[in-house]
Amino acid sequence: MDERNFLYMFYGFLAAWLILAVYVVALAGRERRLQREMENLRRMIEEKQKEAS
Amino acid sequence: MREKTLIAFCTVAAILLAYNLYVMLLVLPDEVSQGPIFRIIFFHVPSAWTAFLGFLAAAVASVLYLVRKDLRYDAFAVAVTEVGLAFAAVTLVTGMIWARIIWGIWWTWDPRLTSMLVCWLLYAGYLMLRHAVEEPTQRARIAAVFSIFASVDVPIVFFSIRWWRTQHPQPVVWGGGSMDPAYWNTLFLNWIPLLLLGAAMAGIRLRQERRQRELEALRRMAHAL
Repeated sequence: MDERNFLYMFYGFLAAWLILAVYVVALAGRERRLQREMENLRRMIEEKQKEAS
Repeated sequence: MREKTLIAFCTVAAILLAYNLYVMLLVLPDEVSQGPIFRIIFFHVPSAWTAFLGFLAAAVASVLYLVRKDLRYDAFAVAVTEVGLAFAAVTLVTGMIWARIIWGIWWTWDPRLTSMLVCWLLYAGYLMLRHAVEEPTQRARIAAVFSIFASVDVPIVFFSIRWWRTQHPQPVVWGGGSMDPAYWNTLFLNWIPLLLLGAAMAGIRLRQERRQRELEALRRMAHAL
C-alpha cells in the first residue's frame, strides 16, 4: 500500500508538471507560428509595394 | 511584460520550486493518516488558487472591456483565462490521482468536483467561442459577456464544500479543516512560484495576443494592396 501511495504521489507531481509543460510547448509553438506568419506577410507587402512603384 | 521581467520571474520560480521540492520530499514527514500522497496538496491547492485568480482577473478585465471598449482588456482576459485553464487542469488531475488512493475511485459526482469540472468546461468553451467569431470587436464583446457569466461558477466552486455535504476534505482556509504549520508554510511557499510561472505565461500569451492583432492589421494591409 505504501509503495502504491508513494507511486501515486509521484504520478501527481508528474501530471502537474506535464500539464504545465504541454502548455508551455503550445505557447512556444504559437510564438513560432506568429513570427513566421508576420515575416511572410511583411515580405509579401514589401514585394507588392515594389511592384506597385 | 518585458523579457527581463519574464526571465526574472521564471528564475525565482525555479529556485523556489527546487527548494520546495526538497522540503516536500526530504524534510516534511508523511501525513499520519494519508501517507506520502498527502504531498499532492502542495500542487493541487496552489494550482486551484492560481486558476481562480486568473478567472477572476479575466472577469474584471471583461467588465472593463465592456465599459471602456479597449481591446487591451480583451487581450488580458484571454491571456489570464488560458493560463487559468492550464492550472485548473492541474487541479482536476492531481485531485483525481489523490482520490484514487484516498477514496479508492478516480472520480465522484461530488459538488466540489462537479462544479470545478463545470468551471473548466465553461472556460474551455470561452476559448472555443473566441475561435468561432472572426470580427475582433464582436468577438471581444461576446467573450466578455461569457467570461462574466462563467466567473459566477468560481465562488460556487470555492464555497461548494461549505454549502453542501461533500466527500471533498473541508477547507483548510477559513473553514473546518486544519493543518500543521509546517505544511501550511510549504503550501503558501509553493503558491509563490506557481503564481510567478502563471504571471510569466500570461505575459507571454498577452504579447502573442498583441502580435496577433498586428498580424490581422498586416493581413488587411496586404489585401488592400
